[in-house]
Amino acid sequence: MVRVAHIHMSGCTGCLISLADTYEKLLDILGAVDLVYALTLADEKTEITETDDKILIERKIPEDIDIALVEGSVCLDDHHSVEDILTTRKNSKIVVALGACAASGGVTRFARGGQMSQPAHSAFVPIGDVIKVDLALPGCPPSTESIVNLIMAALNGDMDYLEPFAEIAKYGKDACGCDVIKNVIDQSLCMGCGTCAAACQVKAIDMIEGKPNIMTEFCIKCGICGAQCPRVRFPELVQKIE
Amino acid sequence: MDPFGKYIKAVSARAADKEILKKAQDGGIVSAAYIYGLESGLLDGVIIADKEDGFAAAPKVATTREEILNAAGTKYTVCSNLSVIKSAVREYGCEKVGFVGTPCQVQSIRKAIKYPVGYRHVPDKIALIMGIFCMENFPYNGMKAIVEEHCGIKMDDVVKTDIGKGKFWVYSKWGDVKTIPLKDTHPYEQISCHVCMDYTAELADISTGSVGSPDGWSTIFVRTAKGEEYLNKMVEAGAIETKDIDAVKPGLDLVQKLALSKKEKNAKEVEHRKEIGLPVPY
Repeated sequence: MVRVAHIHMSGCTGCLISLADTYEKLLDILGAVDLVYALTLADEKTEITETDDKILIERKIPEDIDIALVEGSVCLDDHHSVEDILTTRKNSKIVVALGACAASGGVTRFARGGQMSQPAHSAFVPIGDVIKVDLALPGCPPSTESIVNLIMAALNGDMDYLEPFAEIAKYGKDACGCDVIKNVIDQSLCMGCGTCAAACQVKAIDMIEGKPNIMTEFCIKCGICGAQCPRVRFPELVQKIE
Repeated sequence: MDPFGKYIKAVSARAADKEILKKAQDGGIVSAAYIYGLESGLLDGVIIADKEDGFAAAPKVATTREEILNAAGTKYTVCSNLSVIKSAVREYGCEKVGFVGTPCQVQSIRKAIKYPVGYRHVPDKIALIMGIFCMENFPYNGMKAIVEEHCGIKMDDVVKTDIGKGKFWVYSKWGDVKTIPLKDTHPYEQISCHVCMDYTAELADISTGSVGSPDGWSTIFVRTAKGEEYLNKMVEAGAIETKDIDAVKPGLDLVQKLALSKKEKNAKEVEHRKEIGLPVPY
């Protein structure tokens, strides 16, 4: 059975909740996979080492993971985080950056430290800045359906379907509402369909006279608008209709 | 080059309802399908391109016959229909949404269904996708320049616009009918339309447009099983009357001629863009 892990970095668990939002489909997925690691949902093998001055509790990311769903970005100022993501890469065949934080930093792009109780924790990067990522799914959170589609395609080895997500893993780490300006309007490709405006989860895009107007102050750099635009990427399989 | 995309059958049709026909651009197919959908319960909300002041177009979610009739007729300007699709599902709570759009908008919604990255719980709520034939579109101020400067009619006075017989037609509420040759409208076209390789909304469940059928009638392509079932129900309910497309003039030959002329012209533009290193949708 395919061994799946959910790895929680600097995230909010919203991506996992979005996965759970599939109701009965979640049961289908769980029936088809072996969920080997998910701190939110399952007990882990915990190693407790007691020394004179402290008790060290370590949870081990298992070996031989087939698909690691990684949620959250990496805090470079937290060595546990850095170790976790390195271990995840070492132990996994496919690493998926699940959601905006893992894929492009998302809202953690705005972190700048100075808060108690760890004022030194100021640097947060998408996981792709530390390890090689195979697939990235944007969104804050990514829709339930897109997570299911991605997992099912990964289980079935449907690389045609996954190709756009492999591309986002390679090129999508700087996601922003500006993508729609730079990659679509400025390339004279925007035909004004409005899909970016509907997809935006913080309503940072207004359609004004048929073109997106990006309110960058609202944008949380989730990468959805650029990913959803058919004038950048229009996969051939979308053209197959029944 | 394939002119029409995949389809099950093509017919010529018009709405049976006289009130729809009076307001419609051509055969009133979109209005008839929407009104039939709402009244029969097959749809509980529809996306329309509403008319605003100054003959501007604005996307809107409609749930009544009156709203649909108010929006009837073509506005030759961009109307971002996708932008309200999530609002139909969220704020309006619709579970069976009817969508209509130009070929590019139909492509967008098909992508949103297949890759619903930012479309949580939307794909299964799309009950019908209708597409309208489209050669090109204009930004609002492009349409305005054509209507006001070339035709001498104020936008607030426009009751109908049409493209046909090589001309752009403007009808005012005072009874004026003005035209300009289509070639004079080219400078105002939305440039992004020039990479579009779809004339007849090839990914819709049902596509419709004026070309190919006589005045007051529309040409329809039925493309999917869902579209076929829907159209059959409309015919059974007497919402539309249909004719064999082969029995009407000018028929599919003209549709094919226009579809191929668009595709061939835009294929050249796509190649040109590639040559100079500009991106194209892929």
